[in-house]
Amino acid sequence: MTNKKAYPKAWLFVLPVVALVAFNALIPLMTVVNYSVQETFGNNVFFWEGVKWFEQVLNSERFHASLLRQLTFTGIILSIEVPLGIAIALTMPTRGIWVSVCLVLMALPLLIPWNVVGAMWNIFALPEIGLLGQIINGMGFDYNFTQQPLSAWFTTILMDVWHWTSLVVLLAYAGLQSIPDAYYQAAKIDGASGWAVFRYIQLPKMKRVLTIAILLRFMDSFMIYTEPFVLTGGGPGNTTTFLSIDLVKIALGQFDLGPAAAMSLVYFLIVLLLCWVFYTLMMRTEEQ
Amino acid sequence: MRKVVWLAPTLYILFLMLPIYWLLNMSFKTTNEILGAFTLWPQEFTLDNYVKIFTDPTWYNGYFNSLTYVLINTSISVSVALPAAYAFSRYRFLGDKHLFFWLLTNRMAPPAVFALPFFQLYSAVNLFDTHIAVALAHCLFNIPLAVWILEGFMSGVPKELDETAYVDGYSFWRFFLRIFLPTIAAGVGVAAFFCFMFSWVELLLAKTLTSVAAKPIAATMTRTASTAGYELGLLAAAGSLTIVPGAFVIYFVRNYIAKGFALGRV
Repeated sequence: MTNKKAYPKAWLFVLPVVALVAFNALIPLMTVVNYSVQETFGNNVFFWEGVKWFEQVLNSERFHASLLRQLTFTGIILSIEVPLGIAIALTMPTRGIWVSVCLVLMALPLLIPWNVVGAMWNIFALPEIGLLGQIINGMGFDYNFTQQPLSAWFTTILMDVWHWTSLVVLLAYAGLQSIPDAYYQAAKIDGASGWAVFRYIQLPKMKRVLTIAILLRFMDSFMIYTEPFVLTGGGPGNTTTFLSIDLVKIALGQFDLGPAAAMSLVYFLIVLLLCWVFYTLMMRTEEQ
Repeated sequence: MRKVVWLAPTLYILFLMLPIYWLLNMSFKTTNEILGAFTLWPQEFTLDNYVKIFTDPTWYNGYFNSLTYVLINTSISVSVALPAAYAFSRYRFLGDKHLFFWLLTNRMAPPAVFALPFFQLYSAVNLFDTHIAVALAHCLFNIPLAVWILEGFMSGVPKELDETAYVDGYSFWRFFLRIFLPTIAAGVGVAAFFCFMFSWVELLLAKTLTSVAAKPIAATMTRTASTAGYELGLLAAAGSLTIVPGAFVIYFVRNYIAKGFALGRV
């Protein structure tokens, strides 16, 4: 990152990218900003409203509730997927035919369209016809994710773990693969314990890829929409209504453009702020 | 000890396969059997659900539509990301770091935020319900990702390669196309794989930007789920078929997949 040549014309190389992304990002963003400060009663007639919608969103209990649900969800899935992913990467075979088999099978959930993931888990978890529903009820628990908030949360979290843990596994595995054998031999000569090898050799080497894993998982889980929407529809009640689901309900369901736009901007800023913190931390570790 | 170590990945893969098995299981059952009895495998094995999908144009066109915009998106994203990634990995220029971060912020933008403005934007430029609209919309998050991945792979190539080529009298484009691209071929493959993947799995924007002519398979499925009530077998068959293209592309990049998920930065 340090000894790069200064070359102002390099801008020409990035111009196509900037043009395409700007078309897709800036125009819609300006539209959202526009709606967020105005009131409309249809027919393209708009009135200036200033920061009214922002005040409304920031003070609304509904927004606080979805934000809290979102943070809880993201926190839970991160604290399950990251350690689980590392553990599986550590126990995966390191060479031979089984490596390819493991990688291909593990990557499979990542390439299934998100609504199919939701539909699949719906069929899988339904109490009457689903395998999971039958197993849990057979063990004597009262489980019905369409009616009980706790079951709905359990199913949503299990679905996300199923869907995305492989991403962490693949990243951690890539980090482990980059450790030269000499490190392990040196550790063996020193008589290092398994824990010491993990703590002082494997974990530092995985630091960089794990930061990427956490960053990606954080971003994607914070934007989650399709899977829980298909699985639970945000219910029962509002118990699994995460930020995106709530936003789409307000924008496309109730067509409240002003509040929806203000909420969009607040939402986007929260993601941006948290990602900026991660990104700065990541760049700092990269420079070390 | 060896056996215990093998247990964790095996159990994990088993856990991954169970819901997929259940989906396949459902897709070979008749609606009566699905709703009538709980069976671990199809008692009256039927291919009717698949036959319906392969003979009904509203169904199989969904697959063509999805594949069309995914392929358009992948080619656009990778080809514009290549020079940009090269610039980011080799040169310093005005605002380079800010630009890079700005690109990444678009990967962070929740699609739900952009759904409505996208609908209005693409309607305004008369592209609503076309494959190219969805392909362009997906560039929003795929181009930043492709730039990020390619930049990682390119930074892994020593700068001496470029310098030697120039000393040998190569022009820039000749060097880039004849020497540099083959060197990072794996990176290009991985970037294409990721663009394919994220465009293939995304539904919210694809559904918002299409109505009939470019309707993706995933949207066809949602419609079936809501209007036809409980045609679970059909839904399961359609879902099972959406796994096929993904499995196909994973097979091609299987040797680079781990490095690819690390965005070339291992």
